[in-house]
Amino acid sequence: MAIDKIFKDEASEEKGERARMASFVGAMAIADLVKTTLGPKGMDKILQSTGRGREVTVTNDGATILKSLHIDNPAAKVLVDISKVQDDEVGDGTTSVVVLAGELLREAERLVATKIHPMTIISGFRMAAECACNALLEKVVDNKADAEKFRSDLLNIAMTTLSSKILSQDKEHFAKLAVDAVMRLKGSTNLESIQIIKKPGGSLKDSFLDEGFILDKKIGIGQPKRIENAKILVANTAMDTDKVKIYGARVRVDSMARVAQIEAAEKEKMREKVQKIIGHGINCFVNRQLIYNFPEELFADAGILAIEHADFDGIERLALVTGGEIASTFDNPESVKLGHCDLIEEIMIGEDKLIHFSGVAMGQACTIVLRGASHHVLDEAERSLHDALCVLSQTVNDSRVLLGGGWPEMVMAKEVDALAKKTPGKKSLAIEAFSRALLAIPTIIADNAGLDSAELISQLRAEHQKEGCTAGIDVISGSVGDMLERGISEAFKVKQAVLLSSTEAAEMILRVDEIITCAPRRREDRM
Amino acid sequence: MALAFDEFGRPFIILKEQEQKSRLRGLDAQKANISAGKAVARILRTSLGPKGMDKMLQSPDGDVTITNDGATILEQMDVDNQIAKLMVELSRSQDYEIGDGTTGVVVMAGALLEKAERLLERGIHPIRIAEGYEMASRISVEHLERVANKFEFDDSNLEPLIQTCMTTLSSKIVNRCKRSLAEIAVKAVLAVADLERKDVNLDLIKVEGKVGGKLEDTELIYGIVVDKDMSHPQMPKQIEDAKIAILTCPFEPPKPKTKHKVDIDTVEKFQTLRLQEQKYFDDMVQKCKDVGATLVICQWGFDDEANHLLMHRNLPAVRWVGGVELELIAIATGGRIVPRFQELSPEKLGKAGIVREKSFGTTKDRMLYIEHCANSRAVTIFIRGGNKMIIEETKRSLHDALCVARNLIRNNSIVYGGGSAEISCSIAVEAAADRYPGVEQYAIRAFGDALEAIPMALAENSGLQPIETLSAVKSQQIKDNNPHYGIDCNDVGTNDMREQNVFETLIGKQQQILLATQVVKMILKIDDVISPSEY
Repeated sequence: MAIDKIFKDEASEEKGERARMASFVGAMAIADLVKTTLGPKGMDKILQSTGRGREVTVTNDGATILKSLHIDNPAAKVLVDISKVQDDEVGDGTTSVVVLAGELLREAERLVATKIHPMTIISGFRMAAECACNALLEKVVDNKADAEKFRSDLLNIAMTTLSSKILSQDKEHFAKLAVDAVMRLKGSTNLESIQIIKKPGGSLKDSFLDEGFILDKKIGIGQPKRIENAKILVANTAMDTDKVKIYGARVRVDSMARVAQIEAAEKEKMREKVQKIIGHGINCFVNRQLIYNFPEELFADAGILAIEHADFDGIERLALVTGGEIASTFDNPESVKLGHCDLIEEIMIGEDKLIHFSGVAMGQACTIVLRGASHHVLDEAERSLHDALCVLSQTVNDSRVLLGGGWPEMVMAKEVDALAKKTPGKKSLAIEAFSRALLAIPTIIADNAGLDSAELISQLRAEHQKEGCTAGIDVISGSVGDMLERGISEAFKVKQAVLLSSTEAAEMILRVDEIITCAPRRREDRM
Repeated sequence: MALAFDEFGRPFIILKEQEQKSRLRGLDAQKANISAGKAVARILRTSLGPKGMDKMLQSPDGDVTITNDGATILEQMDVDNQIAKLMVELSRSQDYEIGDGTTGVVVMAGALLEKAERLLERGIHPIRIAEGYEMASRISVEHLERVANKFEFDDSNLEPLIQTCMTTLSSKIVNRCKRSLAEIAVKAVLAVADLERKDVNLDLIKVEGKVGGKLEDTELIYGIVVDKDMSHPQMPKQIEDAKIAILTCPFEPPKPKTKHKVDIDTVEKFQTLRLQEQKYFDDMVQKCKDVGATLVICQWGFDDEANHLLMHRNLPAVRWVGGVELELIAIATGGRIVPRFQELSPEKLGKAGIVREKSFGTTKDRMLYIEHCANSRAVTIFIRGGNKMIIEETKRSLHDALCVARNLIRNNSIVYGGGSAEISCSIAVEAAADRYPGVEQYAIRAFGDALEAIPMALAENSGLQPIETLSAVKSQQIKDNNPHYGIDCNDVGTNDMREQNVFETLIGKQQQILLATQVVKMILKIDDVISPSEY
């Protein structure tokens, strides 16, 4: 008597070889998908959303591409997940991590086909990953002590990161922007205080870093357009009609006269509140919530610049740069800390008017204004810049630096190969495979640039047999070159994260020998 | 089928809507049930042991779980068959009771069912088989008691505890850093353990995870970690010698539960109401300040005004803290949860040496660490890992390790792992079988055979020749009369599990055998399956 079924309808089960194949194929498909975006000559992808409007995104950022995919294959989801984590954790290398994991699985598939147990492969991979990581550690350069050198390191890293993005034409300009912005943070990794404002129009070159703070708001009518030596009160309070918050309160009146009285009282209340605010001795008032016409008029009368509806982020940043506190009650003017800045003025960028705070008390925050031909360009530029900022802020904390252009992969591959020769047993095959997977990354970079990868990689390998070699692939000239001379650097932290999380992901997928898929939850048609 | 005739020869229907039900009875029912049970066991079989493989499960919403924990696999499987559901229950009860060995128990039950099927074919009545199994399970439980070793541990010598936890962890994906995780688990359990009562409240151990970093960065924090940040961005990020007010009342105007209306009909009333409101906020904050609190942790939200007042009076606050976390904080800091502002008093405040906010990665992820608490009986294990799935799996693995450590504190008897306990039980059961007269003898012998399924699966998963290895180990056990020989899964070169330091808890093993026997008995007793047929 056969079992009819133990699972529910539509639930499916894949076993052994089939399961493994399904996950290999899925993972490799994802890796191949993003493979062509790798490196300075990588291509972009167009993503079209399924939502209304069919919005289009053009990007080269691995994490962005993978995030937007609808994936059904569970192994592919693992890869998407590691790319997301890489994005959150270090910000860059989101493509590399997926490609490396894909290559590892491709190698593993070959080994499994020759009847090597997945567990043996895993233990080989682990040894290899550890060895590779140590090899990198030996070669890192740390220039933290030398401020001048450190800055040039940062510039190099930023340029390397940006060179694979849309900003590559103006990478020097943007690298400088990014480094300046990050240096202002003084070691904190809080990227919120770097504000990026996108304004279509102009060219990418017109983008600039502003030392002060720019708020994308308009100044109220009839209020001063320019204030010198401003005292700013940053607030989060209701400036529409100040409701009574006590639960269940309602107004109940029996005649028109009473209504007028209550209205007058309300107005009086608001007037008092405004008076209290003015009593702080300020000449600029920024509120998170709306400011109605009536209080706005009052402020205008008092010659105070009132800015309404600055969102949460804006308020927090403004408080941060001007050194004021975010206030919600106004009874004790003497103890509220006010923000200061030298000059507030309205400026024009393109067609839009913005409010510019300059000469702020605390120089931690800054604003980068991006200009570009279209929204797509600006969005992609923001993503690229974000990547660069993330990498830089991480590098400021962990200042170890490596060379780029496939150099770290070659170094790792060499050490891992050496380990494979020393290791007895079947594991050595897996270790060898790991080194092949590492070599795949420079190969792909070369391929994407339309170069003869086989020739270049073998040349590079020969170069790396020498002690203290600094050779890598120079995509621009299409030959093997000295990375140190060309100033191509990468952050150690990024490389380490790529190595560790891709090995971890590959290991996880390799360990699976059965896939059980539950019946998809029925969705009601909301059409 | 179920058509019966009354005394006048008229047919009547026993089951309601009889045509719509499918029905299996007698031997067919038993065989169908057994094969369903076996199918479930077969799925888990490959996950057993240090070289066991993982399963990838895709939930109805498309989320992916990768795990090797038997209970989790079964729970997430979309099982429809009734008997298969029994097996799922079985693994779950092992999980609740012991926490570890959830795979083993299902594999064991599957093996018992398989043997029972053969006996059924020979015409032995299912009840007799069930009774034979019952006797055999009693024999093996007693035998386990005999071969078990007591081992002593104290604060200075945690090694045995750590070794046992490592055995549990070695079958999981985290085995790369099993040593450090095992140490964390043992330290955590000892921190919350009540050694005198031999009781451990695992609720006091909070397991929190955050993606990013490495598995090696996982740490044990003697305190609480809350995934929240300060309510106002400008509040201090670090507070030393904090006195914590733990509140379950919102910093908002009161909302009486009875329905009421406050009518405003004159200007005076409007004015007074407004003053009242202001005073209310002021009072709330002042009360917290008056009792000397330096940090407010609240279950509910804050009104903007209250938030600013708190900030203004230099009283940092955390809002929207979950109920469970609130309780843990109360336990850790020795404070009391205060439901109303009026009841705040200095002695109800909790104390912590340091409270700090820590940020992670490039996104604005912040967590609040409450450390050096007055009562360090509540601890947090903070897991880092490459991706969400690793963290989830680490949580499950750590849960197993924590349970094992707890079981050892409750009962410090151990048996040796690697299948050695099962083999030695099997020998004992088989020896005892011959002494029983009657049909049960066959069932007892079958039980002995079934016990070998676990070492067999271990050997198979480790890439060894299962039958050859098993028979070699078994003959060695009998020859040397030493119950510590097991399967050498990691290819270390010795079969002696004592040398390999592979331990399992006695109660875990006993529970496995008892639970598996019970479920098998239940399945065997079913002789009629009535289910609504497909529509």
